[in-house]
Amino acid sequence: MKKQKLVVIGNGMAGIRTVEELLKLAPDLYDITVFGAEPHGNYNRILLSPVLAGEMALPDIVLNDFAWYKDNGIVLHAGRQVTRIDRIARKVTADDGTVADYDRLLLATGSTPFILPIPGSDLSGVIAYRNIADTEAMIAAATAHQHAVVIGAGLLGLEAANGLKRRGMEVTVVQFADWIMERQLDKPAADLLQASLEARGLRFLLGKQSEALLANNGRVCAVRLKDGMEIAADLVVMAAGIRPNTQLAEAANLYCHRGIVVSDTMQTYDPKIYAVGECVNHRGTVYGLVAPLFEQAKVCANHLANFGIGRYVGSSVSTKLKVTGIDVFSAGEFLGGKNTEEIVLNDRAGGVYKKLVIAGDRLSGAVLVGDTTDGAWYFRLIKDQTPIAELRDRLMFGEGSLGDSGHAHGRNAATMADTAEVCGCNGVCKGTIVKAIRQHGLFTIDEVRKHTKASSSCGSCTGLVEQILASTIGGAYKPASSADKPLCACTDYPHAAVRQTIRAQKLLTIDAVMHFLEWRTPNGCATCRPALNYYLISTWPGEAQDDPQSRYINERAHANIQKDGTFSVVPRMWGGLTTPDELRRIADVAEKYRVPTLKVTGGQRIDLLGIRKQDLPGVWQDLGMPSGHAYGKSIRTVKTCVGAEHCRFGTQKSMAMGVALEKMLFGMWSPHKVKLAVSGCPRNCAECGIKDVGVIGIDSGWEIHVAGNGGIKTEVAQFLCKVDSDAQVKEYSGAFLQLYREEGFYLERTVHYVQRVGLDYVKQRIVEDGASRCALYERLLDVLKDAADPWTERVSGPAKREFEALTA
Amino acid sequence: MNEWKTLCALEDIPRLGSRVVNTANGDIALFRTGDDRVFALDDRCPHKGGPLSQGIVAGERVTCPLHGWLVELASGHAVAPDQGCVKRHEARVDAGKVLIRLA
Repeated sequence: MKKQKLVVIGNGMAGIRTVEELLKLAPDLYDITVFGAEPHGNYNRILLSPVLAGEMALPDIVLNDFAWYKDNGIVLHAGRQVTRIDRIARKVTADDGTVADYDRLLLATGSTPFILPIPGSDLSGVIAYRNIADTEAMIAAATAHQHAVVIGAGLLGLEAANGLKRRGMEVTVVQFADWIMERQLDKPAADLLQASLEARGLRFLLGKQSEALLANNGRVCAVRLKDGMEIAADLVVMAAGIRPNTQLAEAANLYCHRGIVVSDTMQTYDPKIYAVGECVNHRGTVYGLVAPLFEQAKVCANHLANFGIGRYVGSSVSTKLKVTGIDVFSAGEFLGGKNTEEIVLNDRAGGVYKKLVIAGDRLSGAVLVGDTTDGAWYFRLIKDQTPIAELRDRLMFGEGSLGDSGHAHGRNAATMADTAEVCGCNGVCKGTIVKAIRQHGLFTIDEVRKHTKASSSCGSCTGLVEQILASTIGGAYKPASSADKPLCACTDYPHAAVRQTIRAQKLLTIDAVMHFLEWRTPNGCATCRPALNYYLISTWPGEAQDDPQSRYINERAHANIQKDGTFSVVPRMWGGLTTPDELRRIADVAEKYRVPTLKVTGGQRIDLLGIRKQDLPGVWQDLGMPSGHAYGKSIRTVKTCVGAEHCRFGTQKSMAMGVALEKMLFGMWSPHKVKLAVSGCPRNCAECGIKDVGVIGIDSGWEIHVAGNGGIKTEVAQFLCKVDSDAQVKEYSGAFLQLYREEGFYLERTVHYVQRVGLDYVKQRIVEDGASRCALYERLLDVLKDAADPWTERVSGPAKREFEALTA
Repeated sequence: MNEWKTLCALEDIPRLGSRVVNTANGDIALFRTGDDRVFALDDRCPHKGGPLSQGIVAGERVTCPLHGWLVELASGHAVAPDQGCVKRHEARVDAGKVLIRLA
């Protein structure tokens, strides 16, 4: 079949990102031709500021060199501007006469700087700040001239001013509004930023309007303001805003209104013509930052590839100023209004200003100056519309105040030394991450994980790595939203959609899910298969078959793999109780199998470490104890204190309650591990505050706390309700865990699940709605009624091969 | 050159799974893909020696159970950006039997 022809007008970040996304989905669908007005390959326009400031060189910012176009069979017409689109003949014509036919056309014409219509704006020495040529002109001017005036104190204007100052010029910034970066900052934040820029030698004239540019020998020599003031200027940079490039589209009679108007599928009014990037008006918004453009590119590529799924529904944007050493962040509705509240921290001497705008119990905007450590976190809270009622008292103090193990040092990426360790698990320091980001052109946290291993293990340094990414590539960084993040690289669907589809379509096998949702890989990967297996068996218990090959080795072998390939065995001790007979058998097994290490675990049981895989069935048989599931995304232990049975303070029989809960939950698989604790009195010796379910005895009954966590991020469990009887403890705890089993995402702990759906929702389903609670509890008991013990259920049949080696 | 040895029936290896083969020169991991091809690699991840036989098999790759490195079954090479290589052995299926020739 003859290939279709795709013509791309615009060789910038939006257009080429679309092509890259398209090649990933359908590498052979089109013959692709790209027209670009600049004589370069695609480069990272955002990094022009560091180039201007002398921190990076031009070759560092190239994203796609000419070889890339050649390797991918793309015809590139660099330095040729398309002047005409003929929609009837379906062809485009460039300024040098080059003609290209198209079946589908992609417009990514970007925008042009707005040149103030004042006398002298066409003089030599007056430039905009948009592309490599402008940057080179500014660098050249800085070597030959002394005085620069930047008109406009927006993001671009300040970066230009800073760069020119760094190159030794005297720089004055003229701004019509009363404070700088008025589109991104409120006045107090702007004042603070202005003070720190002034400390670097920049001069500001605010609330001033330029009237004319004066000439000397054909070159600009001064700027005259409306109030008559004249400022010497050998170089004038116009940074008073940008305008979408729509002339070409308008000439072709495509509907434009402050941009080329597109639908949610990135199509213009001519369905054969798509448009992405800064030239586009989507639902009334024109985006000037790169993160939304990348989202548009993804959707557009999907439709160009004939997949026909995915809609672009707009983006929330955040801004970061790329002036080295000055941290500014702003996102969302930062100005606030009638129905919002504000939390403000203003430390002028310390150079820190933070304002959080809250609407209802959601964060709606944030402005940070001086310390942007938590920018990515705030942005995520805004995007995900996370309920913040529970966080509110600590919100201003950042994600770090919520407790993060292993990161007591170095929370601020900008001030960290290159040699400072960022990822404590994999020993990756800041310099390594920055180098990888620059060398390999990384844009996402996943790419950084792959290349450096930072944040790929326990994940507690993710926030820090995000900051480093954000400060290295600036606005190109878009924090992942957990809501639409694909489950893994094999699919575009997020966890929620996969769960929902499995239920709605009654899919019963992994193959069926992958087929129905058009997985990109034949058998998925080590990330999606365990998730799918869990979703199937938890959604369709008794109908979907468990697939051992889609389980991590620990769950397949019912033991915990260790660094040397041996395993650890933890037999179950209900509620942490044991008997002389059990201890004797453990001692005998330890001697018989020469177990090198015996350890008492934090979950009140005994771990036998260093057992060879082939010995596992024998060990289990000799122990004669059920599996402790210390290896599973499953019920682990119920920790208990001594309670009223012996303790002189005890108000309730916590050991008996713990044993009853553990027996009820035996064999329960869950999205992630589940730990419980039962304390007999409010002294809480069983540490219920850091468990998924913590039950605390009081004189009149029990308190139930949920969603605590003692691991990477210590989170105190939240009070769910008080109940009167042991039977109610089982019912409420069981119903909560079943809700989590049915709605939690794979590898999402209860703390994150409850953060996602909100404690109010959980209370409504478990406490207020009795029918919902009973139904959940019944479903749990139904699943668990014939849960078998994987150890005493003698290993036989094909499963036995798991533990037997072949010889050659 | 070593000779081909018959190890087991194809059905003795779970689909998308593996078996360990003990040899005089250490353990070998014997894999079966979703489309019933077999591959043999030394049972040592090039990263930190993890037992590849215990990993999850998908497509023509296995994920090491210790730190998640991906290793190509056909070549023994780690998937970029990781770098490393593990020794491979020839393996094939003949009339439902799995044969191996040690390298």
